[in-house]
Amino acid sequence: MKMNFGPRMPAFLQAGLLVATCFVSGGPASADEPYTQRALRNYNTYCVQCHGINRNGRGINSRDMSVQPRDHSDAKGMGDIPNEEIFHVIKDGGLAVNKSVLMPAWGNVMNDEEIKELVAYLRFVCNCGSGK
Amino acid sequence: MKLSLLAALAMGLVAAPAFAADSVGAGILKSQCISCHAIVKPDNASLDRLWERKGPDLYYAGSKFNRPWLEKWLQNPVRIRPAGEFYTKHIKGSDKEDVVDESTLTPHVKLSKADAEAVADALMALTGPADLVTKGAFKGDKVSMSMGAMFFNKLRGCAACHQAKPGTGGSSGPELYTAGERLQPDYIYSYIKNPQAVDPHIWMPTLNLAEPDLQRLTGYILQLSASEGK
Repeated sequence: MKMNFGPRMPAFLQAGLLVATCFVSGGPASADEPYTQRALRNYNTYCVQCHGINRNGRGINSRDMSVQPRDHSDAKGMGDIPNEEIFHVIKDGGLAVNKSVLMPAWGNVMNDEEIKELVAYLRFVCNCGSGK
Repeated sequence: MKLSLLAALAMGLVAAPAFAADSVGAGILKSQCISCHAIVKPDNASLDRLWERKGPDLYYAGSKFNRPWLEKWLQNPVRIRPAGEFYTKHIKGSDKEDVVDESTLTPHVKLSKADAEAVADALMALTGPADLVTKGAFKGDKVSMSMGAMFFNKLRGCAACHQAKPGTGGSSGPELYTAGERLQPDYIYSYIKNPQAVDPHIWMPTLNLAEPDLQRLTGYILQLSASEGK
């Protein structure tokens, strides 16, 4: 799964960056891209600093972190986490689910709708189902 | 006589800001700085605008910076944000962690002493909206550096994105070992309290920190400058 996923990343990241300059926001682009451009833009703004441009948990900040950021491309690891928990972690931070303080609460930066869109985007990135 | 004196005084008062706006420093700001920095509050505060801008906003520079630091830095600019601004445009993947893509970063304009003094004056006149920084918010209490470090590194996770020592810590936020020299205490306090209120959509989270945390972290960052920034 991970092997197949790697090569997809740069292409859709690049496409996303191009498209995102044209979109203010929007619904899911297609069945192949079941996420919003706003979610992609938010991920590239807030999440990439720790989770990395390849979504593998190796962001620019990860080098000196005592707890490594979650690898969002890990289908097994991500597949075990329900959507509600991913939403909760993004909104309220790692401590809210007994995980690391290094994952901050983003609930003051993104609204619930944006966080829901991010959850859908993460499901696309991990290629690991609905989380239900 | 009295009337003409009053008129002259009034004209002087009215003329004063216009004179400041026409100063050498303001002229340099307009000719060399505005292509990358906003010196008036932008109407557009969207996330797209954050992506489009080339450097930090300066329309509240007078409420943010310490003048002596500005004057010094403008003559010898060194990078404050290890991955530039905006970090996500200046990184690339590697075999291990993402790294800074140095080829995308350009050096900041360097000014002569006279120009740096003039620009520092002009920047200090740009105080921004009155409610941006809470004056007197930082109480000035000394902080135990070991306690501060524990909060900064472990309990609040600031070190994930910021460097408290050169070369150690995160790279997406500005280094903080010179922040006390660079920034006004009340600005540091206000920014930590609500980064988005100062800089809309910025990639620093708003952590809902309690007052003792805000005081402790502000004090710690100010004291870092004396110990690590030299």
